[in-house]
Amino acid sequence: MFTKKLIMLMLVFPLTAHAEIQEFKLDNGLKIVVQEDHRSPVVVSQVWYRAGSIDEVNGKTGVAHLLEHMMFKGTKAVKAGQFSRLIAAAGGKENAFTNRDYTCYFQQLEKSQLPLAMKLEADRMANLDLSKEEFSKEIKVVMEERRWRTEDKPQSMVSEQYQSTVFQVHPYGRPVVGWMNDLENMTVEDAREWYHKWYAPNNATLVVVGDVKADEVYQLAKKYYGPIKTRPLPERKPQIEPPQIGERRIIVKAPAELPYVLLGFHVPALQDPDKDWEPYALDILSSVLSGNGSARLNQNLVRQDRVAVDASAGYDSTQRGSTSLFELDGTPSEGKTAAELEAALLGEIEKIKTLGVTEEELQRVKAQTIAADVYKRDSMFYQGMEIGQLETIGFSWRILKDYPAKLAAVTPAQVQQVAEKYLVKDNLTVATLDPQPIDPNDNKPKGKPHVH
Amino acid sequence: MFINKLLKYAFGAAALCVSLQASAGLNIQHWQTSTGADVYYVENHDLPIIDLSVSFAAGSARDEPAKAGLASITRYMMTLGAGGLTDEDISKRMADVGAQLGGDFDADKASFKLRSLSSAREFSQALDVYTQILEKPDFPENVLAREKSRIISSLKESATQPASIASKAFMKALYDSHPYAYDSLAEPATVDSITRSDLQFYYANHYAAKGAVIAMIGDLTRDQASQLAEKLTAGLPQASANAPLPAVTDPQQAQEQRIAHPAKQSHILLGYPGVKRGDPDYFPLYVGNYILGGGGFVSRLTEEVREKRGLVYSVYSYFMPMAELGQFQIGLQTKREQSEDALKLVRETLNTFIEKGVTEPELKAAKLNITGGFPLRLDSNAKILDYLAVIGFYKLPLSFLDDFNANVNKVTTAQIKEAFARRIAPSKMVTVVVAGNAPATASEGK
Repeated sequence: MFTKKLIMLMLVFPLTAHAEIQEFKLDNGLKIVVQEDHRSPVVVSQVWYRAGSIDEVNGKTGVAHLLEHMMFKGTKAVKAGQFSRLIAAAGGKENAFTNRDYTCYFQQLEKSQLPLAMKLEADRMANLDLSKEEFSKEIKVVMEERRWRTEDKPQSMVSEQYQSTVFQVHPYGRPVVGWMNDLENMTVEDAREWYHKWYAPNNATLVVVGDVKADEVYQLAKKYYGPIKTRPLPERKPQIEPPQIGERRIIVKAPAELPYVLLGFHVPALQDPDKDWEPYALDILSSVLSGNGSARLNQNLVRQDRVAVDASAGYDSTQRGSTSLFELDGTPSEGKTAAELEAALLGEIEKIKTLGVTEEELQRVKAQTIAADVYKRDSMFYQGMEIGQLETIGFSWRILKDYPAKLAAVTPAQVQQVAEKYLVKDNLTVATLDPQPIDPNDNKPKGKPHVH
Repeated sequence: MFINKLLKYAFGAAALCVSLQASAGLNIQHWQTSTGADVYYVENHDLPIIDLSVSFAAGSARDEPAKAGLASITRYMMTLGAGGLTDEDISKRMADVGAQLGGDFDADKASFKLRSLSSAREFSQALDVYTQILEKPDFPENVLAREKSRIISSLKESATQPASIASKAFMKALYDSHPYAYDSLAEPATVDSITRSDLQFYYANHYAAKGAVIAMIGDLTRDQASQLAEKLTAGLPQASANAPLPAVTDPQQAQEQRIAHPAKQSHILLGYPGVKRGDPDYFPLYVGNYILGGGGFVSRLTEEVREKRGLVYSVYSYFMPMAELGQFQIGLQTKREQSEDALKLVRETLNTFIEKGVTEPELKAAKLNITGGFPLRLDSNAKILDYLAVIGFYKLPLSFLDDFNANVNKVTTAQIKEAFARRIAPSKMVTVVVAGNAPATASEGK
């Protein structure tokens, strides 16, 4: 068995080594990371701005995401809507997404079309034309997006309220899409201010993955992005969340059938990829709890004890905000209460503290990590995502290579230690959905009337 | 001026890439196993991965209304106990080798997907479990009880959520007594009535080797693929092929349903029976729909409803090609106060599209996108696997992908106009509005 394992490793690691990633930097500060992948004649180009909701201020929440929408509304040279038409005519797919830590714009194209993507993307990095007229339409679109994404989805409402409870100081407490009242009062000036503050080559990373030559990508990038001027970036305040000094609880009422429980603990995010071990131990813990069908939460709570319809755990080690959460969530089975499910979820944490994890469980997580490292190579977009996220958060893509080994080095005792240290009551926030019946004759939204 | 230059550049380059692509082609090998299953295989050793799927004509259209949900539960239960392995054993054995078990289910078909490393120990362990699932499902009584209860919970939850309410009402209204409505008939009572022997009977009658479709791509040789296909089907039940599904009949009159709900946004769906796989109108309808509401940011619906007026975050239209006529659907969500205006605008946009058809520049732009973007359809093993499964299941020509761009390029504005006018009757469409501003109706409207 040992030798067969070795054979597999021999298959896997050379691949990783052959993954040609190259890095460049333009004089104006734009970072470029290129991963050559010659399996298909296609390319994905992603521009990542280090500007997300974490950089917003009170009263202007949602402006990072609003600006993302406005980026399709034209420049001095390319009129509103033309960006999308030009990419479409080149056979491309494109979109953008905004998160707490970043905003990313991407195009997927047949490989010969990369210059077009760069030309258009570079143009809107510097020359966006933010008109009042386009803004007034797009802000309505964003409010519809908020209604769709959050307000009419009970579990999203729980998650939004939970975030603002678990983070009282840190900007992660604010929703990426923005509070409705902030959206209602947003102006085109807010969007302009955001754009001029953060949209600069020295605040961005260009990631290109595909059937390209790294040096040619660099030359193209120099041609299109090179002339854009560096901008001084505003100071970023740390806004560190003070230690939590007691359990926090909230209840959210919304039209639904089933209750829902979401709970979390403040835990560290990765800071020093070489020296840190706690984030890797938390990664393992999350996988042991819900990394596969036989993981503990599904096996014990859903299959065996039947206290939950579903249950999962999550942890994301890489965060610009230098802080993270270890979270558990689930839906109670019929006849079980949210309190019973909460107790069961916390019971699984206690079991880890007292009994630890087994060697078998660790091996399983490692096998899955190795496989995932191979599977991801079937998606250029995903590979680009990984590189772009890390670079934008402030790490090098180079830490990807060491990740499986870092996980493999985690011991059962370390998993127990992080659980004992961080997954404690005083550091816990619990949010519960209290489902409200729907009156079939009542066709009016619930809650207090909305004051404009 | 900048724009004109860009346009020229974009158009020229796209045309070039079409001609390059035509000679590339995907080498699909097709054969039949001794057991009568059809195999579609692409050899590709770039990555040490094997992807495979097996599909059966065992979708929700093969349910009975009184036991709606049976087909779906059968597929799912097969993965939760087989050859003496418990659900836990199955999950562990897959996870131990990093393999991923997945699947698809719709009205036509039930399928099982496996992604595994191609290394010997890993693949053989994953394949062994996968084969047990296909050939020796146990349908354990206690697991069935648990899963029924989970499914019933989820049905009850869906019945409170506007998007699910809308889609269920839409499918019921559109398909009425046709088997394509059966999926929407699943209710707590129908699920509760399903017994272990129902699953065994269903399995025995719908999971035969003959008619099964195996798709494979990745790091295995043709010889390995042949042996594997035999192994995967050797122990499947002996059953005769399913009778073909009845044809879908066109609606005789418009139906409009308004369902009360306290949501902030109205969920609006409009539709009509659409297109079949292999349908002679497939390409005109597909290309036409790209212009109407399929082409993301550049479609007419998005332009009119979102870009010009800011009424929605998402508005779309699509054709779902199935064995019989799958749905043509337009969907949007908008705040309830403006839902009637938005609905009116969508109808006007559709009516204009059907009456006047598309312009030459629109058609040209659509073709450039669809043909120029062709390489993106095949840029991963995962995507190719899905194409193999569809080509196999619907018996599309092996050259379907090779001919795709040529078929798109053949479409004319006249064909689009003619096909839409013949296939879609705006005056007889199904409309469902959940959480709208107008009074709620009984289940049938005018």
